[in-house]
Amino acid sequence: MTVAHQGLSGLLDTEAIRKDFPILDRTIHDGKKLVYLDNAATSQTPRQVLDVLNEYYEQHNANVHRGVHVLAEEATALYEGARDKVAAFINAPSRDEVIFTKNASESLNLVANMLGWADEPYRVDHETEIVITEMEHHSNIVPWQLLSQRTGAKLKWFGLTDDGRLDLSNIDEVITEKTKIVSFVLVSNILGTHNPVEAIVRRAQEVGALVLIDASQAAPHMPLDVQALQADFVAFTGHKMCGPTGIGVLWGRQELLEDLPPFLGGGEMIETVSMNSSTYAPAPHKFEAGTPPVSQAVGLGAAVDYLSAIGMDKIAAHEHAITEYAVKRLLEVPDLRIIGPTTAEERGAAISFTLGDIHPHDVGQVLDEEGIAVRVGHHCARPVCLRYGIPATTRASFYLYSTPGEIDALVDGLEHVRNFFG
Amino acid sequence: MYQEVILDHYKHPHGRGLRDGDAEVHHVNPTCGDEITLRVKYDGSTIADVSYEGQGCSISQASASVLNDLLVGKELGEARKIQEVFLELMQSKGKLEPDDAMEEVLEDAVAFAGVSKYPARVKCALLSWMAWKDATAQALGETDGAAERKTA
Repeated sequence: MTVAHQGLSGLLDTEAIRKDFPILDRTIHDGKKLVYLDNAATSQTPRQVLDVLNEYYEQHNANVHRGVHVLAEEATALYEGARDKVAAFINAPSRDEVIFTKNASESLNLVANMLGWADEPYRVDHETEIVITEMEHHSNIVPWQLLSQRTGAKLKWFGLTDDGRLDLSNIDEVITEKTKIVSFVLVSNILGTHNPVEAIVRRAQEVGALVLIDASQAAPHMPLDVQALQADFVAFTGHKMCGPTGIGVLWGRQELLEDLPPFLGGGEMIETVSMNSSTYAPAPHKFEAGTPPVSQAVGLGAAVDYLSAIGMDKIAAHEHAITEYAVKRLLEVPDLRIIGPTTAEERGAAISFTLGDIHPHDVGQVLDEEGIAVRVGHHCARPVCLRYGIPATTRASFYLYSTPGEIDALVDGLEHVRNFFG
Repeated sequence: MYQEVILDHYKHPHGRGLRDGDAEVHHVNPTCGDEITLRVKYDGSTIADVSYEGQGCSISQASASVLNDLLVGKELGEARKIQEVFLELMQSKGKLEPDDAMEEVLEDAVAFAGVSKYPARVKCALLSWMAWKDATAQALGETDGAAERKTA
């Protein structure tokens, strides 16, 4: 088996890395070794992050930004320290541009609501247009449908090509002078497609539209530089990048965050409050009403430290090699059809496929019995399934601890599935 | 979970295909996209036919085949009893060991006992049964005719 893997270059020392992830040692179903290939849904958590979470609760737990006691000051320093780490991780010009949310969905909803309540020139109303794409996660579709329904703005989208890429051939008709916001996914959670940012941003800038990028499937897997992207907002989530659940990030350009109105009101987001009116704290606190997810932010900071120590460019190279190998091996499986790009170029480490007429639920269930965890269903991207005329897919998705041996296990498992239902 | 009986019904479904009926319903399982279109035909209070077309996992498709086997030719009261017993089995979370009495009522359908241990799959097994219940209510004029309804 290892002989076949010798040609792969750029792999990380997964033997060492996997020691950081206790859960990867688990066995399931009477001693079967866990093969965890559902990283696009959530990643596993390294001991380094678990230790920081434990230490936070054992030594420093308090509410933040209030109270003068030691624990409150320590908790605040840790929470704000996490903001510094995240800002550095995404090359944000300022730490004040990093807003903590509970997940990427909340980040996306936050932008939609900022724009719905904004004054000119940002206001989305019945004379304006919103642009998304057909490959969005539901979390980047539904908030815009809601905004469209509430304001009368027209919702438009880019379609998809047969090989799972964005169809930008009509970009000048889709993004027009009426467009206020273009929101699209950097790497698709279902197709794996890595989208061309520059062409879209250039056109959006031409017409003065804002750009929001959903980087949920990018931030965990590749160097993310919000300045290089030239977007106005970037959203992602912590639990897909070795952090805990309950913590997401919205990065936004400072002048926008100053101009745009808050969405949620409450403690922490104010400057002064009287019974008649209130004034607001500067960003990012303006957008962080109530007690924030403190330990989760601290955990995300630890995750960022962990990933940075390994190196995001090395993680990207590892996943590229794994994805290339996986595409090659999967295409050898009879009746298997990859839904999305069939090469490793301009694609992330999530691969969706169908296997003949065998329903993905059956594929996933039989793989599970072999210890292999994959995701089945429409992956919160039902329009993609409709576009390709399929009810659902099976999706295998990889991360920095994934090995070529696990790809082999998946391919063997799929052979077993075929025999089982054949 | 994948009993031989279930795989047999999946690979060689009984009574599949849409035929003449008194009422038709279309049910979907939104979590996984299983779909079924089902028609019922009554001859007085006897079930003359249950015909269906659908797509989905082996559990949902085999369950529709078993339903056809079990219910066609039965009196409505008896069919309802079978449906209730099957529902009870599927909601048992794997804790119900079918006894002889249950096996007599459910015949091949007892093979689905293992499915009840998997919460994500119970809806697959119940899809056609809920569709039948709905179609029957419509055929007998018991509803306002909401033809499209989700089982979830």
